Amino acid sequence: MQVFITSPISLERHLHRASVFARRVILIEDQVETSGAFVLHHLIKRSLSIESSEIVIFVALSKPFSHYDRILRKLGCNLVAQRENGKFIFIDMLKLECPDGDEGNGVGGGLIDLYRKIQKFVEVNASTSPELNRCITVMMDDLSLLEVAAKGSSTYVLDFLHYCHTLTSENGCSLVVLNHSDIYSSKTGSTLILQMEYLADVVVQAEPLVTGLATDVHGQLTVLNKGAIDEHGGVRSKLHNFHFKVKENSVEYFYPGSRA
Amino acid sequence: MAETICRALRDGSLAGEHAPALTIKDSIPSPFGFDAFTHFLCSLSSNICAGKSQSQGIVLIAFTKSPSFYFNLLKSRGIDASSSSKWLRILDCYSDPLGWKDGVSVSSSTGTLCKNVRDLDGLFSSVLQLGKEMVGPSKARFSVAIDSVTVMLRHAALSCVSGLISNLRSHDYVSCVFWLIHSDLHEARTIAVLEYMSSMVASLEPMTVAAKELRSDSESIFSLKQYSRKGKFHLRLKRRNGRVKVLSEEFHVEQAGIKFSVNSLTNDIVSQSLLPKVQFNLQLSEKERSDRENVVLPFEHQEMGKTTEIYDGRRSLSNYATDLSTTSASISEKQHSDANIVGKGEIHYLRDSDDEEMPDSDEDPDDDLDI
Repeated sequence: MQVFITSPISLERHLHRASVFARRVILIEDQVETSGAFVLHHLIKRSLSIESSEIVIFVALSKPFSHYDRILRKLGCNLVAQRENGKFIFIDMLKLECPDGDEGNGVGGGLIDLYRKIQKFVEVNASTSPELNRCITVMMDDLSLLEVAAKGSSTYVLDFLHYCHTLTSENGCSLVVLNHSDIYSSKTGSTLILQMEYLADVVVQAEPLVTGLATDVHGQLTVLNKGAIDEHGGVRSKLHNFHFKVKENSVEYFYPGSRA
Repeated sequence: MAETICRALRDGSLAGEHAPALTIKDSIPSPFGFDAFTHFLCSLSSNICAGKSQSQGIVLIAFTKSPSFYFNLLKSRGIDASSSSKWLRILDCYSDPLGWKDGVSVSSSTGTLCKNVRDLDGLFSSVLQLGKEMVGPSKARFSVAIDSVTVMLRHAALSCVSGLISNLRSHDYVSCVFWLIHSDLHEARTIAVLEYMSSMVASLEPMTVAAKELRSDSESIFSLKQYSRKGKFHLRLKRRNGRVKVLSEEFHVEQAGIKFSVNSLTNDIVSQSLLPKVQFNLQLSEKERSDRENVVLPFEHQEMGKTTEIYDGRRSLSNYATDLSTTSASISEKQHSDANIVGKGEIHYLRDSDDEEMPDSDEDPDDDLDI
């Protein structure tokens, strides 16, 4: 609980510690030029590592299982095996569409079903091994597609997120959500991303380099940890800035200026 | 100044007046409104526990945090949570606000569960019911706290929300009402409506405007946002007679909660940044000032034993010529005598004769313009 995402570099150091993100909401914001998906891959790999007893419930809205299986295999993590032993629960929502009209609960109906599905998995896993007190992480790979499925109604998406948030306080889950920061016009539609920023405990922002393209640096990562607790017990909002390079089977993180 | 708010909430309302209402608003550059909210909640709680306040209890409408969170919070702030059943009721709009958890047993032992937050009339009556249960049949009053009007506005229209708040304010049993809102998630008019209904508006802002600008600069240059747990706390107080008072303070959010301090540091920063950057001195030194005072103005022959003559522009040219000679003579004489006096300034004034050949004739100067 005390160790949070202070930096990807030190994050690696704390890999073995379980329940790092318990009861926390992590928002990953990316842009069209710089995908933040690698942060999600990193978090999946970390949660499913041998030392960790976490369970991942993955709500896939943009990419199929085979995609994640291929990537995670390169990173040294077998998703098929993890799925079989129940540590990785994949909810395929690629074809999620919320029904129109008055049948059921209208547009919100699809999201209610999705939430109940997640809740069922959480409760089953919490009740089967309460002695282990396993931390459950709910991940969503593209929140904007949820908004598309809900016919563009951010209210339903926010209601859905609120319910997911109740899982963090009631069942000790953590929530990892990826969203795009550049798809909202700055004047009107930015409330979803703003609401998410209010909700999140950790905001990870992936952006392209302002100075333009570079071969050694693929982008920069800004990590804002709202409730970091330092060694003296005081609260500090920690803000870190890194450059990164996404390689075939790993990601390199380094401080700005430390690469030629 | 935060004390002012605590006192106002403690003292409650006068008979025949609306209950005092407090809006706490923040925005994403300084998102510490919830810390301020809990600060006022805890201060009111301790006042109620000590029996110092008008209200006998609090009804908390919880939208963003679970009831257990609030109980833990009060415990951690040293407020006796065991007796809280006597003075605190939580209307749980967090756990299952829309009834999605239908069919699954939802245990809310700590708060009263509200399963349809869209029904604000129902919400209003359950608030009153909880309040009356708590304070008993006596005419005692209770306070109402709403931890996020932002969420409430997502579920219901502005007119309904403002109606609810206004009903709460004007109710006989309500001592005070306070709520939190995130100002950047709503239109300006929404915020204005809520501010009209409140007697106090507390807003949390980042340290300085300059800091905000710097922030965006650094964002573009170094891509490093300044994220500070400090900020400015503005309070606008509306008195009953219509007088409006604006106060400002600083806050700092720590683990133990938000701390308020009256600090002149900001004023220094503000005045420094407001003062224009000029290349020359705006003020005179002591020596320059005394020198300036010593300058003899050309219109008066001062301290020379002569009568004071002021040029009134109505003398003839011949008079003027003699006068000019005596004046220059007296000046040279004076220069001799005062040569050893340091810092005695003089201005030599000679009339520009060419332009004023005929001084002050009655001729219209614009005569040739042919208007």
